[in-house]
Amino acid sequence: MIKAILIFNNHGKPRLSKFYQPYSEDTQRQIIRETFHLVSKRDENVCNFLEGGLLIGESDNKLIYRHYATLYFVFCVDSSESELGILDLIQVFVETLDKCFENVCELDLIFHVDKAGLVGAPAHAVSAVKNMNLPEIPRNINIGDISIKVPNLPSFK
Amino acid sequence: MALKMVKGSIDRMFDKNLQDLVRGIRNHKEDEAKYISQCIDEIKQELKQDNIAVKANAVCKLTYLQMLGYDISWAAFNIIEVMSASKFTFKRIGYLAASQCFHEGTDVIMLTTNQIRKDLSSPSQYDTGVALTGLSCFVTPDLARDLANDIMTLMSHTKPYIRKKAVLIMYKVFLKYPESLRPAFPRLKEKLEDPDPGVQSAAVNVICELARRNPKNYLSLAPLFFKLMTSSTNNWVLIKIIKLFGALTPLEPRLGKKLIEPLTNLIHSTSAMSLLYECVNTVIAVLISLSSGMPNHSASIQLCVQKLRILIEDSDQNLKYLGLLAMSKILRTHPKSVQAHKDLVLQCLDDKDESIRLRALDLLYGMVSKKNLMEIVKKLMTHVDKAEGTTYRDELLTKIIDICSQSNYQHITNFEWYISILVELTRLEGTRHGHLIAAQMLDVAIRVKAIRRFAVSQMSALLDSAHLVASSTQRSGICEVLYAAAWICGEFSEHLQEPQQTLEAMLRPKVTTLPGHIQAVYVQNVVKLYAAILQQQERAADTQAAQEVTQLLVERLPQFVQSADLEAQERASCILQLVKHVQKLQARDVPVAEEVSALFAGELNPVAPKAQKKVPVPEGLDLDAWINEPLSDSESEDEKPKAIFHDEEPRHAKQRPPEADEQELARRREARKQEQANNPFYIKSSPSPQKRYQDAPGVDHIPVVQIDLSVPLKVPGMPMSDQYVKLEEERRHRQRLEKDKRKRKKRERERRGARRHSSLHTESDEDITPAQRVDIVTEEMPENALPSDEDDKDPNDPYRALDIDLDKPLADSEKLPVQKHRDAETSKSPERRDVAVVEKKSKKPKRKEKKHKEKDREKKKKAVEKGADLDFWLSTTPPAATPAPEEPGVNAAVTAPKEEQEEPRGEEQDAAEDGEQALEKKPSKHKKKKHKKDREERSKDQKKSKTRAPPREGEAEPVENGALDEEPLPPMSSYSLLAENSYIKMTYDVQGSLQKDSQVTVSVVLENQSSSFLKNMELNVLDSLNARLARPEGSSVHDGVPVPFQLPPGISNEAQFVFTIQSIVTAQKLKGTLSFIAKNDEGSTHEKLDFKLHFTCTSYLVTTPCYSDAFAKLLESGDLSMSSVKVDGISMSFQNLLAKICFHHHFSVVERVDSCASMYSRSIQGHHVCLLVKKGEQSVSVDGKCSDSTLLSNVLEEMKETLAGC
Repeated sequence: MIKAILIFNNHGKPRLSKFYQPYSEDTQRQIIRETFHLVSKRDENVCNFLEGGLLIGESDNKLIYRHYATLYFVFCVDSSESELGILDLIQVFVETLDKCFENVCELDLIFHVDKAGLVGAPAHAVSAVKNMNLPEIPRNINIGDISIKVPNLPSFK
Repeated sequence: MALKMVKGSIDRMFDKNLQDLVRGIRNHKEDEAKYISQCIDEIKQELKQDNIAVKANAVCKLTYLQMLGYDISWAAFNIIEVMSASKFTFKRIGYLAASQCFHEGTDVIMLTTNQIRKDLSSPSQYDTGVALTGLSCFVTPDLARDLANDIMTLMSHTKPYIRKKAVLIMYKVFLKYPESLRPAFPRLKEKLEDPDPGVQSAAVNVICELARRNPKNYLSLAPLFFKLMTSSTNNWVLIKIIKLFGALTPLEPRLGKKLIEPLTNLIHSTSAMSLLYECVNTVIAVLISLSSGMPNHSASIQLCVQKLRILIEDSDQNLKYLGLLAMSKILRTHPKSVQAHKDLVLQCLDDKDESIRLRALDLLYGMVSKKNLMEIVKKLMTHVDKAEGTTYRDELLTKIIDICSQSNYQHITNFEWYISILVELTRLEGTRHGHLIAAQMLDVAIRVKAIRRFAVSQMSALLDSAHLVASSTQRSGICEVLYAAAWICGEFSEHLQEPQQTLEAMLRPKVTTLPGHIQAVYVQNVVKLYAAILQQQERAADTQAAQEVTQLLVERLPQFVQSADLEAQERASCILQLVKHVQKLQARDVPVAEEVSALFAGELNPVAPKAQKKVPVPEGLDLDAWINEPLSDSESEDEKPKAIFHDEEPRHAKQRPPEADEQELARRREARKQEQANNPFYIKSSPSPQKRYQDAPGVDHIPVVQIDLSVPLKVPGMPMSDQYVKLEEERRHRQRLEKDKRKRKKRERERRGARRHSSLHTESDEDITPAQRVDIVTEEMPENALPSDEDDKDPNDPYRALDIDLDKPLADSEKLPVQKHRDAETSKSPERRDVAVVEKKSKKPKRKEKKHKEKDREKKKKAVEKGADLDFWLSTTPPAATPAPEEPGVNAAVTAPKEEQEEPRGEEQDAAEDGEQALEKKPSKHKKKKHKKDREERSKDQKKSKTRAPPREGEAEPVENGALDEEPLPPMSSYSLLAENSYIKMTYDVQGSLQKDSQVTVSVVLENQSSSFLKNMELNVLDSLNARLARPEGSSVHDGVPVPFQLPPGISNEAQFVFTIQSIVTAQKLKGTLSFIAKNDEGSTHEKLDFKLHFTCTSYLVTTPCYSDAFAKLLESGDLSMSSVKVDGISMSFQNLLAKICFHHHFSVVERVDSCASMYSRSIQGHHVCLLVKKGEQSVSVDGKCSDSTLLSNVLEEMKETLAGC
């Protein structure tokens, strides 16, 4: 089960965050800060998994993250998720964003939080239970004034 | 007004949208907080406007601010407003905001129930989708209960997009409302074979998540999952299933055997690393579950270890990490195969990545042996020195201690080495694990008698060194070891070489900077030392020196008397008086040493940590009973912090009266051992090779190998553990030589013809004899210890509630609460559902479990049957040969929910039939069809109770699909209008409750028809002699009962009130008033609405199913009075007529033959009511029998009214 998805930049500024368990705003801030400190300390060429009793977690939980340019994508998951699977998932998520915004960069996320949220929304709904799946991101969302095209993505390696 | 509108829209042009807000925040880097608070003020203004677009924009901005960490819970109500917007773009914003900030504690959340229900049944799939998405984030137990049925319906939606979401959200619903699991499970299972891969994988996900917590309930799904595993090509799904099997195999080893082959195939064939890794993981789980059974899977182990080695050697750090992780799982059962890769693990210890180093450390735990322990620990110690960052260093420290102390110090051959390692660890600055080291020191010193002399010398050195005292600032820091050091020096003072010096060290003024609990130990042990010194000096007849020591104590103890710590202070003043008394005696030349040391006589024994819990409560002792009058609560208990209490345990034990002398103790121990040996329930402590020395009578008899004293034992300053490594090597070498010699001798002896002991001496190098023949005293347990495996499960674990047996057929009481009245739901045409939504009546489940013995029996049979199915599946060896697992059990369960949907009350019988059907196991689909017909016929013969006679029950009707040529049932609602005015509309329904005698629940739906906000609603009823409103405790008869919610414009909600009824045989009316405050822009006004509650006799009846044989008996019994009515001019079909009677009058159909039916119901006070309904041309006659004639005639009168309308 995915417990939280955090996206923040190299300075620890949150860009998109989603918690699937209720935390107070203060705690959320603290979790993001703490996660940022843990993640930012790590070199580029070390593994993408982190354990440890964060605020987020019982011992069961793990942080799985990827670093793209100026953004960190951090997923907090428990032991029912496959570690490598989640890494692939982050990749898929980023690719989707990329297709939506054409060469996604941090500014896109900053100025289109709502749309990014929408792209993530299927992911979110899913992760209400967890794990999203490629086919689960709708190919084409076109409702009223929002029009986001989700192109075909390379299939799962 | 128009001007206002225009002004509003102009204002809006200047409102910020989200982009502006973001841009603004970026432009105000220096005073961000100020800028944001300004923005929040603007947002508050915007929220006050009527325009929904403005509100949505404001809420959208709030969502962003929430993400930045600002509290927006104050806007919860506005969020609900935006959620109920009709335009999707706004609705989406509302739900997004709700999912971000709503949680169980949000009080307005209960207002959303009807809105969400509306959205769920919206014709637009996106409305439904967004509602599901949002709901998943903030579902509460109440929402879950009220909406479970709606979501379950959505699981069979035509759009896979909705189905998928509905399936996923069911998991959250299960968590919040575990009762829904059993009714929903069959459909969930059905979704495992959904044509859409997304839905399928969602279902797999949900079931995996459920099964992970309570695997045993899902074992019966194994065949289905096995089929999926061998057929699916979706790696995501495969990973989940394989993970699930990992959780199931420990429960069913045979499953593991079946899995090994396909899994190994996958390992060989797949190119996806993630899948490979999960396969390896599950194979490991399988091997673990098999490890006791069959040893011939070494090939699989080898394969796993091999693959893992490839992972670990990979340059990708992620794979390396996972490889190590999986390796540590193998380690638990097959340490040998992992030990072969020691080189690799040690190499990983040097990795630059901390996560990897930590994993490697985990592995080390299982790799140590007597041979390599010293070497490994030495390596770790160099890491400790190099490590930067306290967390990793602390981790190393705990690992070192773990490794060394594992299984009762099994791998330690030289305890002097271990003590010196511990002492070296004390040099770590800033560690948080001082107490760990201290605990180890105490444990070793107490349990390994031979080491005490050495330990004491090291500890006195520690006490002497200043650096530890200096670090006393942080609690639980390294200064904790002084606690152990002081205690060891005091307790085993006879081993001290220079007690006087240690005594002085313990009395230094600096000591008072230590934490209180350490000071307390210091004080106590100073006296122990003092006693030892006195004895020593009195023996030497050196009265001068003895008096000097006493003087020293008298001078120094006052510094502890002033301690801020109560414990230290109390002990110090007590002991100070004692010493002063001794001083007086000494002045008179009285020998005191004997008496002082008598204070501390006696031997300490380690007690197992659980020993206290295991003492059985003597018979006849009631610990909960008061032994005297309970005192008033005013006395506050002064609780001691737990740590202190725990730490003091040894001391309490110490203060035992010294009457138990050594012989007595030995005798008792012997007796206890005897008893324990005879008691099969006694938990023997883990066997250790040292255990056999336990019986040695005392320290003196332990043969201690002479240690080469070329290196002085008492190392000046800090000891170096390294030297022991060398020493140890030499010692082993010598031992080996000796052994060889012995062997040679033996061989010679054998050659000489001595045949004795020929089978002895086959030991390998693994049996290295320990340097100290240590006496590791095992922990003592109390006599008659109760063997109990207390499971430390957390009772608050949310998953525990989901531990539900899913194979049992559904019971009548377990249905999901349906929004509408029980019987109205026959067909599921869309317009019908709309009707349901308009009515929006949520009926809480009122019928409680009514267990029928027959049903239980069926359940048992079915459960047994299920087990047999699984057995059968597991016993067939070739996996491919297993037919698609279309077992009858599964199918029966799958069909059940449909029927349940159609005729909620009929399922009891269905369940029973399912049970029977499952009994005759028919594996093939073809047979199954035939079987279904059998079942159909049987059900006709059986004539069991059916809710409402569905056509296929009747003889004259076609057997299947009989409902097709029947006209559909008209929508029905038992809610009738209570009162109405321009503000509010009240409709109500009365339901009897079977649990509580003579109580009825009145559900009142309040609908706000005005544009005002209604609050402070209160309902009051003028009680009659016969009926009383149940009011909250403490309120008088004239007080009203507050309605637990407020109503925004256009919203409706349902409140329930309970009435107690004396006599139920006649109908009655109660006058009442609803008072409320209506608030709108102009202000607020007090309003009232009068109403008359009508309790019909029907409302006292509760639908109760009845079997035909019981029904016949009831009629024969003859103690029922009879009455009848006849109604003419009926045009409605008989089926609808019956449905109407069932619905409005709470009856159930017992039996139906052609146009004649018998029906049954029961009153809340237990009166039986039996009906015989006959339909003629254009007329219906109803004959009734009831245990109360007045009740019967009233019920019939009411029924006449209902029928007259048909």
